[in-house]
Amino acid sequence: MTSSDEGTAPVYAADPPAGRLAVPLDALVAVYHRRSGTTHLLASPSPELLDALADGPADAATLRARLAARYDLEGDGSAMIDARMEELMLAGLAWRA
Amino acid sequence: MRQAHALRVGAVGFRIGSAWRAPVAAVRTLYEGYPTPADDIPDLTVRLYPERPWRRWLRPSVAIGGDYWLPDAAPLPLAQGLLAAEMGMNLQVALGWRRHLLLHCSAVERDGRVLLMSGASGSGKSTLATLLALSGWRFLGDEFAFVALSDGAIHPFPRAASLKNEAVAAVRAAGGVVGPVLEETPKGTIGYWRPPADAIARMAEPAPPRLLLFPRFGEAARVEAMAPSEAFVRLTQASTNYVALGEAGFSALSRLVQSVPALSIGYPDSGAGLALVERLWGEA
Repeated sequence: MTSSDEGTAPVYAADPPAGRLAVPLDALVAVYHRRSGTTHLLASPSPELLDALADGPADAATLRARLAARYDLEGDGSAMIDARMEELMLAGLAWRA
Repeated sequence: MRQAHALRVGAVGFRIGSAWRAPVAAVRTLYEGYPTPADDIPDLTVRLYPERPWRRWLRPSVAIGGDYWLPDAAPLPLAQGLLAAEMGMNLQVALGWRRHLLLHCSAVERDGRVLLMSGASGSGKSTLATLLALSGWRFLGDEFAFVALSDGAIHPFPRAASLKNEAVAAVRAAGGVVGPVLEETPKGTIGYWRPPADAIARMAEPAPPRLLLFPRFGEAARVEAMAPSEAFVRLTQASTNYVALGEAGFSALSRLVQSVPALSIGYPDSGAGLALVERLWGEA
């Protein structure tokens, strides 16, 4: 059973940053995922969210706190973080811990 | 294979074998003066063979094969054997080459830097490259740009340019010699333009890229800047081996779109296109 099945916030995980090659092109960052050999174009804050998972699996609130330590954030943003993490999971770049 | 010819175009050594004499003779004539494969060992093999054994004599029909093949490549009549050989060379490079990132681009060089033009069939990239070569640019190729994985330099692949339909007249009007011309092929009229001696002599000489254009023939003249991320996506789609190269392809392509400006251009006719390219090159 995952944590979400128990009604708690989903916890996300991703490969460490060394598992990806990220090249900022403009507003989009090109990301090569080494394990799958796939290429992705990501808009902020998705690349930052992946990097924030380097400190270990985290839920949206924890990810927000990690981002807030590095960037100026406005508002709560937890719902937005969950939406972006859902997209990253669909892309195969993240998964439920 | 009863007939065969070996040649080198840029980095690629080909061996073209055929069940008939005519296609190989046409290749030999079109590519007269091209070097042989390095160490006489071809990298890629093209085979032109009868679709059925008896069709070598009875209404001959040329099927295309080689080290790599597509199951649905349609056979061609023997009179279009040169087209079959050319398609076979393209197919083997597209499916088999791994030493460079391959982009479906034409390429010409001036002052030691390369202009890349990417577009689908009909965009005018072959015609523009040929016309530029007729006005002093070095012709690197009309079909594939070979991007070095190590340093991003563009390596020549100066095969004969394949000009379609009205491009034949446009190149002739500019003083170019086009021939042979094949009528009523699956791609319409196709004329072959043999690259100048300078392009052949310098086929092993790469140069770094400077400008990337995405031309569209038959439109009102326009110039629009293209974001590097859009150029990146378009070129992944215009590459035949991007996925196969993995991280090396990603690094080569991301470096390319970061290092040169990309522009989408429209032009109504060859003369306007030529003038526009010359102007943009001067501004780049």
